Amino acid sequence: MKHLWLTAKLDIVESLRARWFMIYSLVFGGIVALLFAFGLTESRVLGFIGLSRLLVTYIQLSMAILPIFVLITTVRSVAGDREAGVFEYLLSLPVSLSAWFWGKIIGRYLVVFLPVFAAMAAAAGWATIKEVEVPWEMFLYYTGLLASISWCFLGIGMLISTLARSIDVAQGAAFLVWLTMLLFLDLILLGIMIQGHVSPEVVVAAALANPLQVFRTAALMLFDPQLVVIGPAAYVIFDYFGGPLFKIYALIYPVVLGTLAATGGFLLFRRGDLP
Amino acid sequence: MINFNHVSKTFKRNQVLDNIDLKIELGERIALVGSNGAGKTTLIRCLLGEYVYDGEVTVNGLVPRRERTKVLQKIGFVPQLPPPLKMPVGQLVGFAASLCNSERKRMEDVAQRLGLDLGKIARLPFVKLSGGMKQKLLIAIAMGRDTNVLVMDEPAANLDPDARHIFFELLAERLQNTTMLISSHRLDEVAPLVNRVLEMDRGKVVLDDRVADDASLSGKLACRLTLRRPEEAIAKALMGWGFRDTGNGTEWEGMIAGPDRLRFLGVLSRYVGLLTQISLDETERSAGQ
Repeated sequence: MKHLWLTAKLDIVESLRARWFMIYSLVFGGIVALLFAFGLTESRVLGFIGLSRLLVTYIQLSMAILPIFVLITTVRSVAGDREAGVFEYLLSLPVSLSAWFWGKIIGRYLVVFLPVFAAMAAAAGWATIKEVEVPWEMFLYYTGLLASISWCFLGIGMLISTLARSIDVAQGAAFLVWLTMLLFLDLILLGIMIQGHVSPEVVVAAALANPLQVFRTAALMLFDPQLVVIGPAAYVIFDYFGGPLFKIYALIYPVVLGTLAATGGFLLFRRGDLP
Repeated sequence: MINFNHVSKTFKRNQVLDNIDLKIELGERIALVGSNGAGKTTLIRCLLGEYVYDGEVTVNGLVPRRERTKVLQKIGFVPQLPPPLKMPVGQLVGFAASLCNSERKRMEDVAQRLGLDLGKIARLPFVKLSGGMKQKLLIAIAMGRDTNVLVMDEPAANLDPDARHIFFELLAERLQNTTMLISSHRLDEVAPLVNRVLEMDRGKVVLDDRVADDASLSGKLACRLTLRRPEEAIAKALMGWGFRDTGNGTEWEGMIAGPDRLRFLGVLSRYVGLLTQISLDETERSAGQ
């Protein structure tokens, strides 16, 4: 356990000094700052005003940015470390492979999740100071969703990093994974599949398997309980599951998927050449 | 102590190690030489449990890949190319000491002997250090702990003559209870340090030779040189070796670490037309050798 925390700490320190982390933090901090600057808390859309309006916009932007950021930075730094000889040296020290791999994931998880959460928490803090009502239930659920989706894409990123032996291949694969998930959002390929009379079960299964779609449906469910704005698959999902059950599924499924991907990555990492 | 039993390694269709059989005993100091692509680094990585391979590698009866923490606890490794770590030096030392169950102070002491004050550079990112400082730090981490195998890839390539001498002294202190595997492209770089030479070519050991190891690792040679005329280039080279001018740029005196004699003569060979006299006298020799 000591080795696991040492490795996690090491990865955190390495990440905090990396340029990608600075950009990553600036992007999420900047989004919240911009949303405040443009007076989003004052505007009203679909009956939402105040911080809930800001949170809904923030979560939508996070859905677009967070997965690709997590994927690309993870595969770049892990594959980059391997190419540059960091693995050769650090893995010559007496650290177990499980402590190394999972320590790296834990360290990286804290580094990718905390800036996203901190930006949202800062918004809630500012709203409290300005005596704007904070929708705490929504805040907590969105925190859970962000934590869940970060873990999911981190796990996928680690799996890709293990499979790909070079930065270029890893980066290309990460982009392809993200693009495929993006295409299978309700309003894009799923819509076309429904138009092409593909069985509704297949469409719903594809929607439920896509963590981006799950995240998007759950995020919008809070402010649009009828889900009229996001497409037929989400509507069917809502009909099958009901709101509360789907909200739980949306928290658990990405965590399970990320854990499975990370475990697969670990098993491959343990079996193959390390540097 | 270290056994390679029918070890082969293939990357895609390229066989990098071809049925290697080797037995290395405690106290042996081995030069692993060969050109690029000969298989030296792959052999080292198999020993460190970093690669999977066909055949068997054992260190004290343990398989590095399966029991890596136990095996690596006793192996100190200095890579040829320092890793581009962004973490501060202090944290790297703390991390390594903690993993190796060693004391940070021991690593700091070795670094200090090599002329590296860790107190002053503790907050600097490792990647920002000069090549020589990185090399000294990696040597300090490898030697500031209890190991009985040292695996070093061109370990002294970036060290100045003084640091090289200290490095040779550090090696000399471990002669009885440590096996050393020193990899290099050139035999003359490592020949004085070793008592066995393994030459690799295209994945095979093509030469396995015992060599006389009369040269003291910690000994020094007093050197006197007379030049035909003063010359700036050789003066600069000699001052780099810590020599002093005793006669208008034509008479020079200095000390050379015993194992560095070949390297030093290699430097002098560039100016051979200027040399009229040279003497090398052994002045210090450690008790154990």
